[in-house]
Amino acid sequence: MKRPMRQWRSLGTALLYLGPSLFIFSLFIFYPLIKSFRLSLHTTDLLGAEKQYVGFHQYVDIFTQGHFGQDLGVTLLFTAYTVIPGILISLLLAYIANWKLRGIGVFRTIFATPLVIAVASASLIWMMLFNPSAGVLNFFLQKIGLSSVNWLADPNWSLFSVSLVAVWRGLGFNTIVLLSGLQSVPEQLYESAKIDGAGPARTFLDITLPMLSPTLFFVFIVSVINALQAFGEINILTQGGPAEATTVIVYSIYREAFFNFNFSFASAQAIVLFLVIFLLTVLEFYVLEKKVFYR
Amino acid sequence: MKPIVTVNTISRSKTKPIAVQLSLLLANGLRYLVLLLAALVILFPVLYALAVSLESAAESVAYPPVFIPTQLHWESYQKALETAPILRFITNSFIVSAVVTVGQIITASLAAYAFSFLDFPGRSYIFYAFLSTMMIPWEVTIIPNYFTIKELGWLDTYQGLSVPFLASAFGTFMLRQSFLTLPKQLFEAARIDGCGHFRFFLTMVLPLSRPALGTLAVYAFLMTYNQYLWPLLVTNSDVMRTVQIGLSMLQWDQAAAWNSMMAGVILVSIPTALLLVLGQKQLVRGLTKGAIKG
Repeated sequence: MKRPMRQWRSLGTALLYLGPSLFIFSLFIFYPLIKSFRLSLHTTDLLGAEKQYVGFHQYVDIFTQGHFGQDLGVTLLFTAYTVIPGILISLLLAYIANWKLRGIGVFRTIFATPLVIAVASASLIWMMLFNPSAGVLNFFLQKIGLSSVNWLADPNWSLFSVSLVAVWRGLGFNTIVLLSGLQSVPEQLYESAKIDGAGPARTFLDITLPMLSPTLFFVFIVSVINALQAFGEINILTQGGPAEATTVIVYSIYREAFFNFNFSFASAQAIVLFLVIFLLTVLEFYVLEKKVFYR
Repeated sequence: MKPIVTVNTISRSKTKPIAVQLSLLLANGLRYLVLLLAALVILFPVLYALAVSLESAAESVAYPPVFIPTQLHWESYQKALETAPILRFITNSFIVSAVVTVGQIITASLAAYAFSFLDFPGRSYIFYAFLSTMMIPWEVTIIPNYFTIKELGWLDTYQGLSVPFLASAFGTFMLRQSFLTLPKQLFEAARIDGCGHFRFFLTMVLPLSRPALGTLAVYAFLMTYNQYLWPLLVTNSDVMRTVQIGLSMLQWDQAAAWNSMMAGVILVSIPTALLLVLGQKQLVRGLTKGAIKG
């Protein structure tokens, strides 16, 4: 049955359709990935041209000199600060947005709003809320008898503060996705639980949560990847400071490459970031897949 | 069958004791209260920004903060428009987002067609290659991409801002899912009628997949409009700045108070807010495509 000529012709046809995408991917994803790796094995001049092959020297430097270890720690802490509270709040919002009430659509749209506020806009708004002397957040804190916080300038608070912006920004996406996950739980399951006399807590734990686990898993993976790649709010609000307290890896890559013109060092960091994201995603799949209940 | 059910439910609800009806009403009232509170908390930053944008400069920096402007001061919008060419930024972002959206629809629908209707050697390998692009963070490729754009002489151009994003693996998957739901007989019938692949693609597949195409359009537009790091790198003149980068001009201008800064924030958020209201259904479908496994 196999006719090689015909096979090659069908490949030709397919390539006509795949060509545009493959061309863009090759030029802006595959080639740069290889190029990044090459750059990381060389020293570079100020224009980014390779000067000398140094092997894995840059990688050794990353871990022994400078503050990559600290940046990695900040990145992981930022991820923890944003992902877990972000998902818990979104779950709560999705739960109440799933109530069957008249006019619920309006609330669903409102809950989705942070999704369309771009990172620059969100950062400027929160910069105003964070203002130490006239800002609203400190005003509220004082109202309830607490003392003011120097949100962005205090190294103990700054990472928490940028995380707050990231959590808020993520609420729209997470809530929408979790809501549609809730809506896809078959109604009959709830009805039979009701007949069996299960209370709301039991129903939630025994029916909603297991049925929602694939959606939660998806939201978790996407949130972690997003958190590891956060840049905008940090660049606008803190520029990695104070005292490097908010220097995440992406910010460090940006600074090394486009301010210090140390392209090879930045590329090595980028490759390590890629590996971290890759390993974390694989790990998440490995650990969590088992707990996910697929219908 | 149907009318009987309706009559049944109505009569049942009528026979409910008053106490039950009252408690139901109370429960719903409580629910609305919870929803309203949550909405207020979520929306507070945006509402407050809107309020400040309408305040006088003095009110906008006053302590305690003024939550409701005593008088509507539209002049901060004028001030914002004078301080930075915001309309120009919005136009730039709009052009780039529109080009990327159209581009992604073309490239992704073509690729999705190949993956769902064509049989060719190495199909699964090429499919994996597409899949793998979703695993590579954009930041990892950004340095070589910057040099590519620079060598092409595309810094500060619309091409530089849009060309790298003209293809999308996510879009390809989404459209492929939709194409695969089309009945196979449709394709066979078309082939028997002597319809070529491209005509079948244009006259049957695309029109039948309008919802999925709409979803991709809303999604691609929103993502591009909200980009930050890439436009920050490849633009440096005011005339080519996109809104996300242009906003920082308001931030660093000493003369601009909170009110004109917030006026700028509100102005640039209008297009995407409209998109949310108009395309919410499409958007939701797109965002949840990957989340629910059938």
